[in-house]
Amino acid sequence: MLSKRLISCLDVRNGNLAKSVKFVETRDIGDPVTTAQRYYEEGIDELVFYDITASSDNRNIIIDVVSEVASKIFIPFSVGGGLRTVEDCTRVRLAGAEKVNLNTAAVACPDLINQASAALGAQAVVLSMDVLSVPASAQIPSGYEIVTHGGRNRTGIDAIRWALEGQERGAGELVVNSIDADGTKQGYEIKLTRKIADSVSIPVIASGGGGKPEHLYDALTEGHADAVLIASMLHFGEYTVKQIKEYLRSRGIKVRIS
Amino acid sequence: MIAIVDYGAGNLTSVKRALDYLEIESFITADPGELLSAERIIFPGVGHAASAMRILNQRGLHTALKEAFNSGIPIMGICLGTQIILSHSDEGGTGCVGLIEGNCPKFCLKDKRLKIPHMGWDSIKVVKEHPVLKSVKPEDEFYFVHSYYPQPSDRESVLAECEYETVFPAVIGRSSLVATQFHPEKSGPAGLRILEAFSTWDGLDGLTC
Repeated sequence: MLSKRLISCLDVRNGNLAKSVKFVETRDIGDPVTTAQRYYEEGIDELVFYDITASSDNRNIIIDVVSEVASKIFIPFSVGGGLRTVEDCTRVRLAGAEKVNLNTAAVACPDLINQASAALGAQAVVLSMDVLSVPASAQIPSGYEIVTHGGRNRTGIDAIRWALEGQERGAGELVVNSIDADGTKQGYEIKLTRKIADSVSIPVIASGGGGKPEHLYDALTEGHADAVLIASMLHFGEYTVKQIKEYLRSRGIKVRIS
Repeated sequence: MIAIVDYGAGNLTSVKRALDYLEIESFITADPGELLSAERIIFPGVGHAASAMRILNQRGLHTALKEAFNSGIPIMGICLGTQIILSHSDEGGTGCVGLIEGNCPKFCLKDKRLKIPHMGWDSIKVVKEHPVLKSVKPEDEFYFVHSYYPQPSDRESVLAECEYETVFPAVIGRSSLVATQFHPEKSGPAGLRILEAFSTWDGLDGLTC
């Protein structure tokens, strides 16, 4: 039986590890490669590097980060942020990333999912969706809307519909990131995670709001998630990978402890 | 030197990077002659069985792999490489390299909550001791991504098993061949230990035909 995966998300800006709170304030908190290596040694299952570099002039820095990670860390990792074309996706793959993470660009051009899936295989395409809770309407029957740019841009797309469309177009996994919960450390949006996990047949990764190991347990059980994404819990040294995994195991969740 | 077979199927560089990290010399090649003169061969792969077989045949690598196997060169298959080392795959309904008699069926699961591909970390159980698997501990887990799995006709060729509703072979082998369904190059320290063991394996004290 597969273990539940613990995935750490590292936001990278101009080659530095950054942490954003509700996508608004951002501060640099270290070196992404050193940090990733520490999590790897502690037993993280997977990593996500999200390039939040604002200037396109500095986009190549992420490729250097990817190459360095790939030569030192031997677990799957994905790269997202700033991937707008299949060529961008292929470039990070060749640099050593196992998967690509598509978000805004896929909303703007859904065909990018099909193209990336055809070029790299569905297992290499992760569709990351930022979701905002809204009043249910005819257009957004689930009450969950896809947003972009950290929630500043509403899209009018229902999150459940988008999850199904992403799967149909060839995404191999979904990251469900709740904008409402992100940065609050009050727990994942369980209802949303579960709704999406029950609607699709591809793995769902819960994201946004993890502050305590109990929150991860809830997302993996009640939320029906296959994996959980964590950031600040680890980045600020509140918990180690080992502590979190031992907690999950003690509550009967199958996790990899090596 | 380990030759990594290049047939346009995926994770060649990941394997190369892992070997570089372990300071094990290797090179990537699509040349049949270079395979036959290599000390060891790694046959990796991600992708589709039928299209992989087409490229192998075009490049004359199919025959070279058979010859290398017959001459006793240690060979390690990984993922798709493991699947097409069997004689047939249901993926695209294709005849394969055939170093081990058997087929690659697709997972057919009753529990609809279980997802295909079988993707993520899973434990394996060694059912037959083998020099390449000597470092595997019961708590070790390995990274899998696959919808099809290798099924040798002869149970004797199954070295380790994994369970995903159904028990399926996770490592197979025969004489100088050993092949993993999971990705040792993406399985952290436990996976690296397997690559390291392969790099010193003489291919002789494995299983006899």
